[in-house]
Amino acid sequence: MSETTSGDYEPKIVAFACEYCSYTAADLAGSMRLQYPANVRIIKVPCTGRSDAIMLLRALEEGADAVFVAGCQPGDCHFLKGNYRAKAMVPGVKTMLEEVGLHPDRVEFFHVAASEAQRWVEVVEEMTARARRLGPNPIRTGEGPEYGPGAKKDAGDEEDAA
Amino acid sequence: MKSGSNLEKVFEKGEFALTGECGPPRGADVEKLKKKAEHLVGYVDAVNITDNQTSIVRMSSIGASKILLDMGLEPVMQMVCRDRNRIAMQSDVFGAAALGIKNMLCLSGDHQIFGNQQEAKNVYDIDSVNLIDTVRMMRDDGKILGGDEVEGAPGMYIGAAANPFGDPFDFRPIRLAKKVKAGVDFIQTQCIYNMPKFREYMKRVVDMGLHEKVHVMAGITPLKSLPMARYMATKVSGIDVPDDMIARLKGVEKKQRAKEGIKIAIEQMQEVKEIEGVHGVHLMAIEWEHKVPDIVKEAGFHPRPKVD
Amino acid sequence: MIVGERKPLEEIFESIEGAKDILVAGCGTCVAVCMAGGEKEVGMLAAELRMGARLRGLDIDVSEATAQRQCDKEYLETLREHVEGKDLVISMACGIGVQYLALNYEPVRVVPGINTDFLGANLDVGEWAEYCQNCGDCVLADTGGICPIARCSKSLLNGPCGGSANGKCEIDPTVDCAWQLIYDRMKALGRLDRLSEVHPPKSWKTSRDGGPRRLVREDQKT
Repeated sequence: MSETTSGDYEPKIVAFACEYCSYTAADLAGSMRLQYPANVRIIKVPCTGRSDAIMLLRALEEGADAVFVAGCQPGDCHFLKGNYRAKAMVPGVKTMLEEVGLHPDRVEFFHVAASEAQRWVEVVEEMTARARRLGPNPIRTGEGPEYGPGAKKDAGDEEDAA
Repeated sequence: MKSGSNLEKVFEKGEFALTGECGPPRGADVEKLKKKAEHLVGYVDAVNITDNQTSIVRMSSIGASKILLDMGLEPVMQMVCRDRNRIAMQSDVFGAAALGIKNMLCLSGDHQIFGNQQEAKNVYDIDSVNLIDTVRMMRDDGKILGGDEVEGAPGMYIGAAANPFGDPFDFRPIRLAKKVKAGVDFIQTQCIYNMPKFREYMKRVVDMGLHEKVHVMAGITPLKSLPMARYMATKVSGIDVPDDMIARLKGVEKKQRAKEGIKIAIEQMQEVKEIEGVHGVHLMAIEWEHKVPDIVKEAGFHPRPKVD
Repeated sequence: MIVGERKPLEEIFESIEGAKDILVAGCGTCVAVCMAGGEKEVGMLAAELRMGARLRGLDIDVSEATAQRQCDKEYLETLREHVEGKDLVISMACGIGVQYLALNYEPVRVVPGINTDFLGANLDVGEWAEYCQNCGDCVLADTGGICPIARCSKSLLNGPCGGSANGKCEIDPTVDCAWQLIYDRMKALGRLDRLSEVHPPKSWKTSRDGGPRRLVREDQKT
């Protein structure tokens, strides 16, 4: 992947963070001056239950290299079940990505509580690392499918085999 | 006499009847069928020929029944509702009667999901109770469904299955009563391993007076091995194998288990003979036909009654 | 309601071969309720098609539109401006809508985006089960409100068969034995004696077996 090796590639990560938990954690990370990659663009939602498959797909269609949804810890959702709804939705999106020809690791769901600033940092680092490993979103670069029949072999596959 | 079949005559004479079973080959191999059936000659009053059992395609029941007839055996042609609509079924009843087949068993039939044609359309135009009623109407009223008169009534002795071990248990004797109402002449039960439950079932059957209207035959299948017992217990719907039956088989060493299975079957045959309302045994020694002569002799069921 | 599921993406790609200007047309009624072909699902399929095409090197244009229903001419009409000029329409409606859209917009090429599965009830969030086989001659009064045609694997009218165990059907341990349900219901209603009557054979004349059906209500025609 030329973008990766040349060093020009800076992954664009989109995050859906809920007002009550993960967005607060991100805020806290900021005020604690914790260092973490600047690649993430945060979309604040009142509850991750508001996030939907169509939003994740559109983000990827628009060229995001990775997308994640960070919801409250189990049982703590202010709107009771929104985080469960979001969590159930993500595996479906992974399957859609596989069918399209994108790597399912580009989307993920995480639990992050309001106080877990460090956890927020870990999550962003994880997704940024994945985006680097997988390379730029082939929708952007126009290179062929990276998953399924017709996929070209690249660094991402080593993780796949594991 | 409704059909003049050997089985009917045995019942009418008040004798304890005995039927066997033979599954046709998965093809047109007549010799294979004959080899299996040969073992049964002289040891049973009639032989059931299955109809694409477990939805696996086999030589047709009507075809195989004719072959057995020509061998000197009396067939009980099984017919399931899964594959044929009323047109085909009534037609096959005429065909069977024309070929000299005098007994048939009316069954719902295992769903095709069990067999090797899972993508088939399933028919179930009429159910087994309707089929019993229809054959009775063809035989006794000379009419087919819809009322048209037949050109030659089929003299068919009508049988059906009953499962004393299926759910809901309370409803099973009532369903038997429905089949009796529809006109069934004889019943063969699903194979028995839970004798107490069978006794309870027969008690209810007798309480309802059904034993005076229909001949119930107890189904017996000898267990060949422990895996077979376990398979019957878990994989075959509607069969109840109690733990003590499995324990009994486990209690003998592997090489002796087939023998023990036969011993159990013989004990069961003798036991059911004493239960009120039971008028015969249906011995299903599937793929073990060569053991039938010994089983029948050791159980004291040989020779078979001679009826004219 | 009619329950369906989105077809696999690969199958849809195969069926649109050769087309360039594509409309994904959704339906806002049954298929929207079972989340197979409503406006949201149209958006999702369109995004998947665009992304998939990009990765496969296919040159297609995908637009989106949803009608309230695709089984009524008046509602189908609302799609006219979207269908105009397109090479192909992927209808996300049930089989009825796909055909009716194709008929009303002849000679535009129309392909289905979903598989129409069954007529069913919504048992729980994300869960539906087949309840009716539209046989045209409802027997529910005889069976305490539980349909033996649709819910018994063998459509028995004098069930259960010998394969009923623990209230489940022999074909699958997750499928209820309809006749166990009927027995329980009739018992609770105090009408068990009705089940002792032999139910005569069903006339399949009124069902699909009698041929494709048609209804004309003269009292509604002006």
